[in-house]
Amino acid sequence: MTRSAPARSPQDLAETVSGGIGASPLRPDGTLKVRGEFAYSSDLWHEDMLWGATLRSPHPHARIVRLDVSRALAQPGVHAVLTHEDVPGENIYGLKYQDTPALAEDRVRFQGEPVAILAADHPEIARQALKEIEVEYEVLEPITDPERAAHDSTLPKLHPDGNLVRYQRILKGDPDAAAEVVVSGVYEIGMQDQAFLGPESGLAVPDDDGGVDLYLATQWLHVDQRQTAKALGLPPEKVRLTLSGVGGAFGGREDLSMQIHSCLLALRTGRPVKMVYNREESFFGHVHRHPAKMYYEHGATKDGDLVYVRARMYFDGGAYASKTPVVVGNGTTLSVGPYNVPNAKIEGWGVYSNNPTCGAMRGLGAVQPTYAYESQMDKLAAALGMDPADLRIRNAMSEGSTNVTGQVVDFPAPVGELVQRLKDMPLPPERTGAVDIRDLPGGASNVTHGEGVVRGIGYGVTIKNISYAEGLDDYSTARVRLQVIGGEPVAMVHTAAAEVGQGLVTLQQQIARTELGVPRVTVHPADTSVGDAGSSSASRQTYITGGAVRNACRAVADAVYALAERRLARSAAGMSLAGGKVVAADGEVLTGLAELLGEEIVEETREYHHRKTYPLDPETGQGDAHVQYGFSAHRAVVDVDVELGLVKVVQLDCAQDVGKALNPDAVLGQIQGGSAQGLGLAVMEEIQVVDGKVRNPSFTDYLIPTVLDMPPMRIDVLERPDPHSPYGVRGVGEPPTISATPAIANAIRAATGLELPRVPIRPEHITGT
Amino acid sequence: MRVNVVVNGEKRQADNVWEGESLLYVLRERLGLAGSKNACEQGECGSCTVYLDGVPVCSCLVAAGQAEGREVRTVEGLADGDKLDPIQESFVECGAVQCGFCTPGLLVTAHDLVARTTDPSDAEIREALAGNLCRCTGYEKILDAVRLAAARKENA
Repeated sequence: MTRSAPARSPQDLAETVSGGIGASPLRPDGTLKVRGEFAYSSDLWHEDMLWGATLRSPHPHARIVRLDVSRALAQPGVHAVLTHEDVPGENIYGLKYQDTPALAEDRVRFQGEPVAILAADHPEIARQALKEIEVEYEVLEPITDPERAAHDSTLPKLHPDGNLVRYQRILKGDPDAAAEVVVSGVYEIGMQDQAFLGPESGLAVPDDDGGVDLYLATQWLHVDQRQTAKALGLPPEKVRLTLSGVGGAFGGREDLSMQIHSCLLALRTGRPVKMVYNREESFFGHVHRHPAKMYYEHGATKDGDLVYVRARMYFDGGAYASKTPVVVGNGTTLSVGPYNVPNAKIEGWGVYSNNPTCGAMRGLGAVQPTYAYESQMDKLAAALGMDPADLRIRNAMSEGSTNVTGQVVDFPAPVGELVQRLKDMPLPPERTGAVDIRDLPGGASNVTHGEGVVRGIGYGVTIKNISYAEGLDDYSTARVRLQVIGGEPVAMVHTAAAEVGQGLVTLQQQIARTELGVPRVTVHPADTSVGDAGSSSASRQTYITGGAVRNACRAVADAVYALAERRLARSAAGMSLAGGKVVAADGEVLTGLAELLGEEIVEETREYHHRKTYPLDPETGQGDAHVQYGFSAHRAVVDVDVELGLVKVVQLDCAQDVGKALNPDAVLGQIQGGSAQGLGLAVMEEIQVVDGKVRNPSFTDYLIPTVLDMPPMRIDVLERPDPHSPYGVRGVGEPPTISATPAIANAIRAATGLELPRVPIRPEHITGT
Repeated sequence: MRVNVVVNGEKRQADNVWEGESLLYVLRERLGLAGSKNACEQGECGSCTVYLDGVPVCSCLVAAGQAEGREVRTVEGLADGDKLDPIQESFVECGAVQCGFCTPGLLVTAHDLVARTTDPSDAEIREALAGNLCRCTGYEKILDAVRLAAARKENA
């Protein structure tokens, strides 16, 4: 195959724009992206490259009786066909537990599990050759009921230790407390998908030293490097990873997909190998959000003060553990929401099953309980005859509150204010006069004149832990270099932190401009030649990598002051950097950075670690598990056509505390995008799994919100700085996804009077057909 | 087979094209124009939208042979050299780009809307963009960008 264009590779983001923290400068990658020149992982190309493909199990649970690749290998244009026997290192990996085979050995545990891989000249040759691989399966009964998996020890064990991944209990106050008003409910949440647009893809290039370079889209380069190197049987330094353009992530790129496979094929063939999943394969190739079943009981005084919460929740982790332990941890510790609850008894189970593997997705572990407890809060408000917003405000936690694990919230927590602000926002006008059919639920597909349409209003409020929890030493590393280029001082920021669309590249520049007082800042491509940055997840990168960039910049500034002290014979005390100059404490400009530095390069590498957290007590679940919380609240206004079962979200308003908006426009972008994903879960998004098999692995059948589904939003951003975080920031990315779902569900209930104990709410749930 | 297309005003030729290949594959993998994106390859997401003889289409649904002798304009052909098209400028300015994977397809769709409609209503904009999925932005800033580009065109 010939191609006239040069190979694409990730670019240095050298485009420099102005603006420090608190401003909203343009993205340095924006121009490349609108020109179509930004190299995403599926755009990579290399002379002489092969295409990789994966054979996946058609069965959710089966024993592999025979596996023969000889016919596939004999196909013209096929260069290698590999099975688990060709994995030179350990054929097992995992984020929390080591339980996932790189290629299945004697058993498959979910539909879509990788069984064999091959490399060929053309993607179609590769696809055809997959059909020539002979696999004989002994089909086994799948385990599909997570509640049963948690309690029934007679079921077959999917893993050596059984089918329980994690159980966590939390006891607070009097777990058996009684109350005057009691409401209970059983809530279910379907399996949501991250549905990022850029498919799993990457290019593995073998090196002369026996190692491999992998260019890919991921959320955490170093954790991929560690897992991949172990499977390849290579030292980590021989498996070098470079981030290419990432087409969205939302948690779906935390687990490995094609990393080990592409490297195995490249090392075996000695040629570059590109792997790109198609959309169907993408649905099988990454983990999803945990579906859950939750039993909740709330007790309150007749005045509306919460007395207790009791909950049992089951999270279906699917075939492999992935992030299930964390989902159980977050799910239980956040189980009562942003409310003061003196007494609680909470139990959470995360289990293995033969359903698709579930792991990280935006709002990890908080989405499920928030839907349940916010449904309960409305039910309680109804039982008390109270306004739902007032009930929330009455019970809202605040700075100094003690949460369900006994941890004192020692930072601002303006939960009641968020709800009050939403309550004070104007409502959209009632529909009057002639009906524009496009404004009705279902839009142009609504065949009525709006006779069956009723309106409802609902609230949703959430609390989400920011960054990694339960004793994990979570950190990031940044290298910052300051030197004179073309007569001007230029700062270069180098981290391994993944830009997945959220705008971290912009923010790194903003921080460096603010700290070093230089207008020109470039961002080096993220790769593993610099220290670990941790994952672009848990709303943590602005906080943690932002902190690392700040620390490295301040170290660079200190080195510059020391240099100025020596050269100028002035005390360094009180010096600062501004406008490319070194300024004394009294404001006197001492020297230009360009003159001071000359040929000298100042480079410093620093880490940022967040405050220490602690594991939960295994018996009582008590402990200071979390670093910080994010809070957001939504108010949804919906129109529901009760005859057709169609829902239109008319308006979706959000109030969120972000601590400090380092980039206000990016904050709005996160709130708007996150809210759309929450809307999707409320009314349309679900991977439908029947007997362990996925029924809708395509964008035809897995529906994500379009521009017609997203209503206008009013957004109120609060900035209450967290005294413990860099610049006072609070993680922003996840909360809006979480609180949007229950707000919409509650609004649909308010409109219809129906129980609706499951999301997504489908037309048949409304019409009862 | 051999496929001849005029892409962004330039005559291009691709040899040894397998008959099942899509126009999207030919553009991306044979002509080196990877701007059009491969997100669903089913015509559902709009990320691969290009002009074919002036009409926006999902290039993943066009067989390479169908493009023989026709004119294709991709996202790479929207800018005039170094000068961005107004719709590209407004996407950058309004923060309508996050991960950016949907951006090339959205730009072609929005470019077409702004070219044929002056002062589009919100409903018209939403209807025009309904075939382009975006997973990052929640669409609000994309709507802002289209409104800005339309306003600038009207005032130009």
